[in-house]
Amino acid sequence: MVEELKIDNDQATKEMLEKNDYKYGFVTDIEQEIIPKGISEDVVRFISNKKNEPEWLLDFRLKAYRKWLTMEEPSWAKLNIEPIDYNGISYFAAPKEMPKSLDEIDPEIIDTYNKLGIPLEEQKQLEGIAIDVVFDSVSLVTTFKDKLAEVGIIFCSFSEAVIEHEELVKKYLGRVIPSGDNYFAALNAAAFTDGSFVYIPKGVKCPMELSTYFRINAEDTGQFERTLIIAEEGSSVSYLEGCTAPKRATSQLHAACVELIAFDDATIKYSTIQNWYPGDKDGKGGIYNFVTKRGNCVGKNSRISWTQVETGSAITWKYPSCILTGDNSVGEFYSVALTNNRQQADTGTKMIHLGKNTRSTIVSKGISAGFGQNIYRGLVEISKNAQNARNYTVCDSILIGENCGAHTFPYIEVKNSSAQLEHEATTSKIGEDQIFYCQQRGMSEEDALSLIVNGFCKEVFKELPFEFAVEAERLLSVSLEGSVG
Amino acid sequence: MIEIVNLHAEVQGQKILNGLNLKINKGEVHSIMGPNGSGKSTLAAILAGKEDYDITDGDIIYKGESILDLAPDERAQQGIFLAFQYPIEIPGVSNAYFLREALNSINKARGNPVLKPVEFGKLAKQKIKMLKMDETLLKRSLNEGFSGGEKKRNEILQMAILEPLLSILDETDSGLDIDALQIVANGVNSLRNEETAFLVITHYQRLLDYIVPDFVHVLVKGKIVKSGDKSLALELESKGYSWLED
Repeated sequence: MVEELKIDNDQATKEMLEKNDYKYGFVTDIEQEIIPKGISEDVVRFISNKKNEPEWLLDFRLKAYRKWLTMEEPSWAKLNIEPIDYNGISYFAAPKEMPKSLDEIDPEIIDTYNKLGIPLEEQKQLEGIAIDVVFDSVSLVTTFKDKLAEVGIIFCSFSEAVIEHEELVKKYLGRVIPSGDNYFAALNAAAFTDGSFVYIPKGVKCPMELSTYFRINAEDTGQFERTLIIAEEGSSVSYLEGCTAPKRATSQLHAACVELIAFDDATIKYSTIQNWYPGDKDGKGGIYNFVTKRGNCVGKNSRISWTQVETGSAITWKYPSCILTGDNSVGEFYSVALTNNRQQADTGTKMIHLGKNTRSTIVSKGISAGFGQNIYRGLVEISKNAQNARNYTVCDSILIGENCGAHTFPYIEVKNSSAQLEHEATTSKIGEDQIFYCQQRGMSEEDALSLIVNGFCKEVFKELPFEFAVEAERLLSVSLEGSVG
Repeated sequence: MIEIVNLHAEVQGQKILNGLNLKINKGEVHSIMGPNGSGKSTLAAILAGKEDYDITDGDIIYKGESILDLAPDERAQQGIFLAFQYPIEIPGVSNAYFLREALNSINKARGNPVLKPVEFGKLAKQKIKMLKMDETLLKRSLNEGFSGGEKKRNEILQMAILEPLLSILDETDSGLDIDALQIVANGVNSLRNEETAFLVITHYQRLLDYIVPDFVHVLVKGKIVKSGDKSLALELESKGYSWLED
């Protein structure tokens, strides 16, 4: 059922590239293996077979697929979405030549990642950051793998983990996000093709940043990756993900699942810079980003911290959450979401307090410009046994121009009277006075805007590793271009 | 340096300036006084290029050319500085970062090299010392949580760092105690030289004890009705404005 095709930069795409300023919008011209469009049990079996997966994993996928067939696309989000044709997508695309080592990677791909600022060549690799490189449906390479293995850390592609560390994957896959959790998580569980796997053994502090870089390249494909991070007792890890995609006139679906598990005294810090292609000015094309991210603070004194900077995608639907099971565990969510032109984001978090003395912090900064719509949706739930739980939520929105919108939907469920919750929310328009003040000091209107917006996001950016914070600031400025004047 | 010629301006159909004429040469300090609502702050905002006003007649000639078509940042890059009556707060942006961005925007526009953070830090510290201000001012979020006096002093610090040619002070003295007033005056005087000029808008004569003006003008109903030297300010202090209002 495999057909080969070569992807061409057609004229329309080329023109779009020249006109628009999304600098990651280029297409890599390589020989690809793409399966025909559509989803079925056969496709699920094909993917599983392609990956030489054990029987139990195929069963996991099929169970999810059958569940998915019975489910309906959620409609509660405040999003205007063109109907998604799930059979108009190809569920598997991979470079035809799969590399066995760095030297075997197609130079076109090496070049692609150079353009994205991620050198793969050994001698140029970024110091202090190990990267798993996911290109369409497959992981191509993971850097610094051996060095990490010396301290017992497993960092590899999900497919490799299934083969090499089957017991770990079997033990934890779907533990935090069950295969039929929600519509998109079920589709992911059925059709995921790759992703990253991280295992930090007891007492180990990961000596470098771990990172996955997701790139969608092929047309009319979806990307369905799955990430699983396990931090054993007393360990800690900081993980980053970045995402880009070429500009295409048609929308593409990205439905990922990320599961985090933190045992006693373990810390997982998960940072995302999401810069998928947002579509053009009129809302044509762009990635539909439907992501389920959830962490379970299983152990006492454990901590899971989500930081996200969401500037891309036509549609963002994502609620990185923490289940605070262990006593004294801590959940954090720091978010910047920017919507410009016709972008829509419905994003937020869930903090589920189960253990005693659990604490959570939510800092959400929404920026709307153009015709962008930005929705914060969050749930803080304090269960009956969560004695002395604390939550602090700040939810700020900023509006640029007359046609955009910001909406806040905070849900609170408290079943224990010892809980203390604080919620602060503000919405403000970028003041003409602020812009004028900056201009009077010599800055252009656009520089003024990005200075003000970056100041607004400061609380979130300071949670990012330094290099990412710099990148996030730059990205924000680029994403806001053309939103004033 | 700057010549305001027959300037008429209105906001939402309401006339505010009615044929204002004023010429300021290099090296001069001019003070504008006048009753509330006479158009003093409007004049300051118009000179800086704020867009809320319609210029219905007249011109503003700066360094030999009309600046009516220049955006506020272009005017700033050419050396026009406005110390705001109500300085604006920008949360999350440190004073030092803001000032470095501002200075480097101006440097870039003039084709001068931009300052690295370390170089800027040295410059800022030197200026802050000169003005006898507190170094912590630089690290704080721009004007956020500043007292009224701190905000005004911060305007003077910005002025000292950006080294403008024409500085317009819009009631910088209001709400200041004597110590703060001296710091502000000290800042102005240290920048005062043959190449710079100042337009000091104030309600009170006492500022002019510290910043001694070459000329004092009285603005009434959008027009300069009387000009003189420092003694005019003293006269206004004792007689008020009513004798000049028709």
